Amino acid sequence: MSGQTSPILRIAQIVFGVAVVFFLLAPIVAILPLAFNSSVFLNYPIESFSSRWFGELQSNDMWRRSIVNSLIIGSGATIVATVLGTLAALGLRSSQLPFASAIRTTFLMPMVVPAVVLGVGMQMLYGRLGLANSYLGVVVAHAVLCIPFVLVSVSGSLNAMDPWLERAASSLGASPTRVFRRITMPIIMPGILTGAVFAFATSLDEVVLTLFVAGPNQRTLARQMFASIRENISPAVAAAAFLMIVGTLCIAGLVGFLRWRSQKALKPA
Amino acid sequence: MRVPLVPPPASAVGRVNACCEGPLSAFINLERISKSFGTFKVVDDLDLEIAKGEFLSLLGPSGSGKTTILMMLAGFVEPSSGAITLEGKRIDHLPAHRRNMGVVFQNYALFPHMTVAENVAFPLVMRGVSKTEAAERVARAIDMVQLTHIKDRKPAQLSGGQQQRVALTRALVFEPNVVLMDEPLGALDKQLREHMQLELRELHRRLGLTIVFVTHDQGEALTMSNRIAVFNAGQIEQLASPEAIYDHPETRFVAEFIGETNMFAGKVEARDGARTKIRLDAGPMVEAYLTTEFASGAAALVSVRPERVGLSETSNAANAMPVKVLDTVYQGDHMRVRLAGSGVEMVAKVDRKTRAWAVGAEAFATFNPDECTVIAP
Repeated sequence: MSGQTSPILRIAQIVFGVAVVFFLLAPIVAILPLAFNSSVFLNYPIESFSSRWFGELQSNDMWRRSIVNSLIIGSGATIVATVLGTLAALGLRSSQLPFASAIRTTFLMPMVVPAVVLGVGMQMLYGRLGLANSYLGVVVAHAVLCIPFVLVSVSGSLNAMDPWLERAASSLGASPTRVFRRITMPIIMPGILTGAVFAFATSLDEVVLTLFVAGPNQRTLARQMFASIRENISPAVAAAAFLMIVGTLCIAGLVGFLRWRSQKALKPA
Repeated sequence: MRVPLVPPPASAVGRVNACCEGPLSAFINLERISKSFGTFKVVDDLDLEIAKGEFLSLLGPSGSGKTTILMMLAGFVEPSSGAITLEGKRIDHLPAHRRNMGVVFQNYALFPHMTVAENVAFPLVMRGVSKTEAAERVARAIDMVQLTHIKDRKPAQLSGGQQQRVALTRALVFEPNVVLMDEPLGALDKQLREHMQLELRELHRRLGLTIVFVTHDQGEALTMSNRIAVFNAGQIEQLASPEAIYDHPETRFVAEFIGETNMFAGKVEARDGARTKIRLDAGPMVEAYLTTEFASGAAALVSVRPERVGLSETSNAANAMPVKVLDTVYQGDHMRVRLAGSGVEMVAKVDRKTRAWAVGAEAFATFNPDECTVIAP
């Protein structure tokens, strides 16, 4: 196809592509150098480079706590969402399940329902349940948002799996739990890992629900960034953003590697 | 339809193995099995007995219920009604993993994340066989099918034939009661398929296995089986030895599904022992072999295999119809001759050593009464 396009069109394609990439990446790239600015203003030009804002993140109690909180809540939400999302994907695979597509839609709903609506509802519910301003409450709220990512990703892996493998395993004497442990789980592991990363990234990024359900003790990094940019625009925000991006890239890289390794195991060398 | 368990004719014994000599004990028994999906009856009130040590083929077109029967034996499909027993014990409610049956799947279903050796070891590990014993048995089994040099490879790195062998080894290594095979040779090319047919036959004889083999390939069924069950529309049309199925089909479906046949419609006129005279609707009188009871005057079909039809210049045979040669086709080992006359059309496979027949030549189509079969229409 590309062999037939005219040079002008070809150039236009490239320009358009570059523009889109620029538009996507510019905000991220722009904020990163500011993390190393020695100035107290979150602004260009950079006067001189320093790592003082990373020090601030470490020494300032608010920032330090918010990072720890994000890690606790992110891990908790990831574990809950990965377990529940995987189980849901397994259960919804059966064509005999009544209302399977309705149930699937319900699970996917948090992806499209405005977070504000979800937040208001959860705040009211948590008030009654006594979960308001608790770690458990925030973990559950985040997990609700994260489950769809796991469900979609694991369902994709399950669909790609040869359904006869599980029958073969049971004919060879494996009980259903052993079929899952020895056959299904290893084969869908790439999907589970991808879902888990998306879940963690979603939790890390989440502000709206956190505003509604978290108390001051559960203030997450994203929530703290949101607050600090309104109260005092300190370059510590840029440092925090830098940490987040680097952290996300590291996890994505790790999972990419794991996926690549497990997929290589299934394919010819 | 009740299908009695008939011992195969003497000619079959020793040809494949000697399992079926003497009285047969029903090893696996399917009794009045039905299976419906919604309103569609896939299997309809079917009875089948499987003898220990036999190679039974379930042969039929797709959708005839043969695979469903296999899946029921394996425990993946539950019958809507009826009972399945193994050595007298009901097994139809037993989950697949407690049936101790080896299954070879059409697509092999090898575990992609395990090596050949791990795949073969899987059933032994599931049975709690000790590590050293499992390793020993796996090594022996893999050696038997000559795969030792690739035992550490993953399935994706194997050829189709090698995958097939691994699947077979995995299904045999735990010494199952029965080996169930669902068109296991379907994905192989012709040459390899024929080689594997002979290999399977040899394995069956050597290990005394009980094998239930699903196929839609009649040649495959004829090559390997002790008995063939021909399936059509959820029922067994005929259950007999390959010879009986081919030479004396009992129904029109069997005659047409297995091999090629010439079929003439007519009415039964006079009985004489196992032979009968049949007046064809087209006019000529034919003498034929009778397998089932026919009343005089009953409508019937006469089936004659093309290779049983001879061409002759004279009419001194029990059955001789004056015909004209419509067409001759060179087929390498034989000539295929299309004939018409006496109001019927037929095909004959003629030895090339006999005289060459020109198109348009007049001749007599002859066939032995014992080599044609009368079937209810």
